[in-house]
Amino acid sequence: MTIRERLASLAPGAAAWALALPARASGWGELNMPRGVTDISRKIYDLHMTIFWVCVAIGVVVFGVMIWSIVSFRKSRGAVADVTLVHNTRVEIVWTVVPVIILIAMAVPAARVLVEIEDTTRSALTIKVTGFQWGWQYDYLDDGVMYFSHLDRASNAARELLSGIDPTTVPHYLLNVDHPLVVPVDTKVRLLITGADVIHSWWLPDFGVKKDAIPGFINEAWFKVDADKPGLYRGQCAELCGRDHGFMPIVVDARPRADFDAWLKSTAAEQKQAAAAQASAAGAPAAPAPAPTATAAATTPGAG
Amino acid sequence: MAEQHATTAATHDEHDHKPHGWRRWVFATNHKDIGTMYLVLSGTMFFIGGMFAEGIRAELFKPGLQFFDPQFFNTLTTLHGLIMIFGVIMPAFVGLANWMIPMQVGAPDMALPRLNNFSFWILPFAFTLLLSSLFVPGGAPAGGWTMYPPLILQTGASFPMLIFSVHLMGMSSILGAINVIVTIMNMRAPSMTLLRMPLFVWSWLITAYLLIAVMPVLAGAVTMLLTDHFFGTTFFTAAGGGDPVMFQHIFWFFGHPEVYIMILPAFGIVSEIIPTFSRKPLFGYEAMVYAIASIAFLSFIVWAHHMFTVGMPLAAQLFFMLSTMLIAVPTGVKVFNWVATMWKGSLSFEPPMLFALAFVFLFSIGGFSGLMLAMVPADYQYQDTYFVVAHFHYVLVTGALFSIMAAIYYWLPKWTGHMYDLKLGTWHFWLSAIFVNVLFFPQHFLGLAGMPRRIPDYAVQFTDWNMVSSVGAFGFGLAQFLFLYLIIKCVRGGARTGNRAWEGAHGLEWELTSPPPFHSWTDPPGEALVARGAAH
Repeated sequence: MTIRERLASLAPGAAAWALALPARASGWGELNMPRGVTDISRKIYDLHMTIFWVCVAIGVVVFGVMIWSIVSFRKSRGAVADVTLVHNTRVEIVWTVVPVIILIAMAVPAARVLVEIEDTTRSALTIKVTGFQWGWQYDYLDDGVMYFSHLDRASNAARELLSGIDPTTVPHYLLNVDHPLVVPVDTKVRLLITGADVIHSWWLPDFGVKKDAIPGFINEAWFKVDADKPGLYRGQCAELCGRDHGFMPIVVDARPRADFDAWLKSTAAEQKQAAAAQASAAGAPAAPAPAPTATAAATTPGAG
Repeated sequence: MAEQHATTAATHDEHDHKPHGWRRWVFATNHKDIGTMYLVLSGTMFFIGGMFAEGIRAELFKPGLQFFDPQFFNTLTTLHGLIMIFGVIMPAFVGLANWMIPMQVGAPDMALPRLNNFSFWILPFAFTLLLSSLFVPGGAPAGGWTMYPPLILQTGASFPMLIFSVHLMGMSSILGAINVIVTIMNMRAPSMTLLRMPLFVWSWLITAYLLIAVMPVLAGAVTMLLTDHFFGTTFFTAAGGGDPVMFQHIFWFFGHPEVYIMILPAFGIVSEIIPTFSRKPLFGYEAMVYAIASIAFLSFIVWAHHMFTVGMPLAAQLFFMLSTMLIAVPTGVKVFNWVATMWKGSLSFEPPMLFALAFVFLFSIGGFSGLMLAMVPADYQYQDTYFVVAHFHYVLVTGALFSIMAAIYYWLPKWTGHMYDLKLGTWHFWLSAIFVNVLFFPQHFLGLAGMPRRIPDYAVQFTDWNMVSSVGAFGFGLAQFLFLYLIIKCVRGGARTGNRAWEGAHGLEWELTSPPPFHSWTDPPGEALVARGAAH
């Protein structure tokens, strides 16, 4: 396909976009951080809005004075410069001290929320999250459940270069996975986050959680979803991790406690059964199976 | 003997004994010629880096992949970052320093002319090397301009080319910085005391110290990457006892002062232009100098705010939050002083002033989002999203780049002796200022709504603002051809301009002819001239 054809392929999109302006109000409304469904995410949102309005207030004053100067001290209107106005100790002290006070006033609540975010104690459930190129692995450490989570098939087909599939027809394009992370609501869930190959970052905006997944290191994070807010929540990898960085979404399925317990129990049983079946199938022909490392060493005698 | 030599040199000057043809440029030792070469290189790289940016915005115009494989998209973002930082902003400031510092301090040339030649001529090789990596197996680097391991260690044959080109860029910057410091410290006119220096000179003096302090740190970091890749060390590999996060600490220990390296000269430029077009001396000159110095100091103790999500101890996060917020104080002082300079002035709005005013407005917006980013809990939501992309483009495009454009509009008549087309410059300003906001403002929304940076494709709810942003990018890109045309036209001819191209301009450079003599100040300017220039 030539560049011209590719450019031409943009034209219908642009036209459709222009025509659909009033109909697709959803995209235009995406202006702000979500309030989210955890206590922490709401506290973060409140901090964000507070500092935003503080900035707006400072901006109104500073830009106001600037605009006033631009409008009223124009040479074209005969303004004559007051060249003696070059220094004023009192004003300079004021505009140094006032920002310091504002900053301290902002730092205190921010520090408080941060202390709360960092407190990962007294969690009821621990899940190990491992980022890899390109997906996530979830380990329910105390329950023997482990599985992988990848971009779902529909998005994966549509995201190929010039796939011809219109992304708007794919449900939750690029934000859907085959196996979401299942968690209970109203429970303090602790995540142990690490990386298998390069650095990834586990980000779920609605929970106010973003933590890097670093190979060789384990980071902690926690969330507690509101009791009345079960549902599917979507996020993405937030740290550039190679070719398919844009294609490793995160979906969390928050369920009522009873649902979750039932799911965990049945999944654990299923996985146990599957593991047993696999072990017997693999173990039958070549028992006792040699350790993989021993095989490798045997086939490369020069390596020793 | 010395006297006789001086007179012969002066007479020879009349005959213009500079080398001609290609020798004038390859063997250049004249600060203006080298300054011009820096600016031409920066302009060339601006269009190349801009091409990468337009590629990014074309791919992001709508969801789905239309043009590039994701790996090549990552290459575009990586090269765009490296080229714009090391190939556009920094060389442009060095070019301006070369042109203006000797003229502003009353010197004939830079202190170390041959070193000056060397530090420039390293750069074309560095960028040829970097750009030629596009054609090697495995493609050009795609791990982001920040080169985080372990990802960057997955780079193919272009890996050593990346490392070596970064080494060359760093070497060039260090040599250039040494030259700036030696010139300012030793070649000022006798009556120009430190606190009589123009703010552009002050800002560059402090910037040069920052460069000398942090460029070796970058060189060290990338050398460790190199040995990790080729010589079996494991500085950044946990499996061998190393720490991938350590790279980020070292990188940002360079990277944050680097941010100020790209903005302090901009402060200097704006502090020259606003007084000129307000026809009033700069308000709070000494406070401005101290503010630059405190920002430079603080820049060394805030680096970890680039990496709040890596999992640092609580105390470290609190420290870096507070130190980062503190930067708002001296930065605020600067903005307030610029506004106070305009207060009760006599303002006119030629292109340099327009760009300087846009700088103050839009850099402040970048400063506000910077303050928001300093709040650690909120930063957890902003980190690595388009909110950050919007933030640093407000600071670097409408900040650093607009100041460079302002500087070119300000001093171009001095350099060429011709006044450029003011009407065309005003058009260029309005097109740039409008489109740059169409381009970057919606990126705040995208980031807050949840769009990560460095992704080639996105969920459909991000479509609308991405399309707006891309339209802004195409408009902004096209507007720059107007700038190019205006400069070429001005260099080739135009209405002659006097020594003082702008009515309210002060400073030694305006006492020289336009264009200035080949060796700027063969005799140091006397007390009267220096005092007239330092009208604060």
